[in-house]
Amino acid sequence: MKAVKGDWVRIHKTVLSPAQRAPQVPEDTKKIPLEMWDKGFLLSDSADVGDEVEVETIIGRRIMGNMIDVNPQFHHSWGNCVPEILHIGRQLRSILAEEAE
Amino acid sequence: MPAAGYNELMARRAEIMKSAIQIDYDQFESGSIAFDYEGMMQKVGYSLDEIKEIQERTGVGNTPVYELRNLTALCRTTAAPGKGARIFLKDEAANPSGSFKARRAAVSVYHAKKLGYRGVIAATSGNYGAAVASQAAMLGLKCIIVQECYDSEGRGQPEIIEKARKCEAYGAEVVQLSVGPELFYSFLQLLEETGYFNASLYTPFGIAGIETLGFEISQQIKGMIGRNPDAVVVTTAGGGNITGTARGLIKADALETEVIGASVDLKGLHMASDEQFNRKSFTTGHTGFGIPFTTNPDRTDVPRSAGRPLRYMDRYVTVRQGEVFYMTEALAQLEGLERGPAGNISLAAAFSIAREMDDDQIIVVQETEYTGAGKHIQPQLSFARENGIKIRFGNPEEEIPGQSIILPEHPSMIRAVDLDLDRIRLSYIRNCLASLQEGEKTSEEDIRYMAEECRVGTDKLNQLIESLEGR
Repeated sequence: MKAVKGDWVRIHKTVLSPAQRAPQVPEDTKKIPLEMWDKGFLLSDSADVGDEVEVETIIGRRIMGNMIDVNPQFHHSWGNCVPEILHIGRQLRSILAEEAE
Repeated sequence: MPAAGYNELMARRAEIMKSAIQIDYDQFESGSIAFDYEGMMQKVGYSLDEIKEIQERTGVGNTPVYELRNLTALCRTTAAPGKGARIFLKDEAANPSGSFKARRAAVSVYHAKKLGYRGVIAATSGNYGAAVASQAAMLGLKCIIVQECYDSEGRGQPEIIEKARKCEAYGAEVVQLSVGPELFYSFLQLLEETGYFNASLYTPFGIAGIETLGFEISQQIKGMIGRNPDAVVVTTAGGGNITGTARGLIKADALETEVIGASVDLKGLHMASDEQFNRKSFTTGHTGFGIPFTTNPDRTDVPRSAGRPLRYMDRYVTVRQGEVFYMTEALAQLEGLERGPAGNISLAAAFSIAREMDDDQIIVVQETEYTGAGKHIQPQLSFARENGIKIRFGNPEEEIPGQSIILPEHPSMIRAVDLDLDRIRLSYIRNCLASLQEGEKTSEEDIRYMAEECRVGTDKLNQLIESLEGR
């Protein structure tokens, strides 16, 4: 994926390598780097996903990182149907209806 | 091997924090365990009237109180005759950013602007980020929110990603990090680079911002039923919510109202573990914050936390994830109020506690939060299921955090579990004593201070210390 100057892109960088992690972190966390994600407007003329780029964030900071996405969007959603939920309201309404009788 | 500049930056921590908050905490220190908490709250905080004025300017507070008549009726079907208190709910989701956190943020951001800062930064994965971003937008300041968001496979907690979206909607920059306490390192770097204000959750003015919540509860319940509530249930994580609410109740002269803390039981899950990060369905309001912050409040991004839960808690209970999800659905289905699960921790606890109380008594659920994609019972349960968590109906007592979520088979199975406050006090005292230098003894002032912190007499405090020494 290509981006040109001014495009809104998402960047990623490693803040701390596994060896640099704080002593108090649990073993599983110590094996992996501390990573960071941010977004901004591309400052160089053009770039490909994977390139190291400089961006200007929405509040105007300039930061470096590897470009991982162009026009990033949110993917969180309302989730898959969890059928158990459907039974809660029916049960509660029937308890109250029985009580009212 | 530390990263280039890591140790140097951490060594400048106190200096960076001082210029990012401009509070001289040293003036309240005794040099030992004790510090002058009330002195700090009075000198650095704001008065209740000032806070009301600050909050009114941005539409924060004065949220409605609802009587939950159907949930009360449901509770009574599970209670002994004559039992089942009337349940009321303070709808904090009606605040501008969708949670009570707007109260904290309103005062912090106002203070930042008054001191002449150009921007504010907060380290939070919770509703506080959206609150700070919203207030910064209203007051014309720049805003950066630093979140712990993803595991090493890049899977984010849907609830936290939704909050990132909300912060961006208010014009804030959101810096997202993977799991780990070194978030603080990135946070310090940002404070130093930008010179912005640290809108910490735990400053005196942030906590003072919540006092209006307790005060309003007293005023509104008095207006509705002619007296103060018998109990108020407060979701407890970092301890600020319960501290501010209780202080507000005291300022309203609601001295007889029982203040009950409630957290979701996440026993066994390590909060800094990459593998366990997405095996929990609550990112706040849980025991992974509640217990450590109650037994050692001074573990925050400021030298002394203004949130001191043990001073204000009459009782501390836990509820289970499945119970909170169930009550979240019950609130929507029976009361027509669709709200976010994390805000309903105190609702699940109140439903159980109301059962023990007489039917002419009043219990207040102290908050709600907004709901949305990612931050709702369905996406959160769906995400849990994708992560291998077993979801079923059954007895919530069998729930194992990180392995199962058990929705109660019947509402009578919802049971708040009391934590032993004396055990928590012992743990608090042990943490205090551990801060003494080798050979250093506690002073009389330290004893008085710890007694105040634990809300016990000095005799009882000395007994607790003796029982520790006996171990």
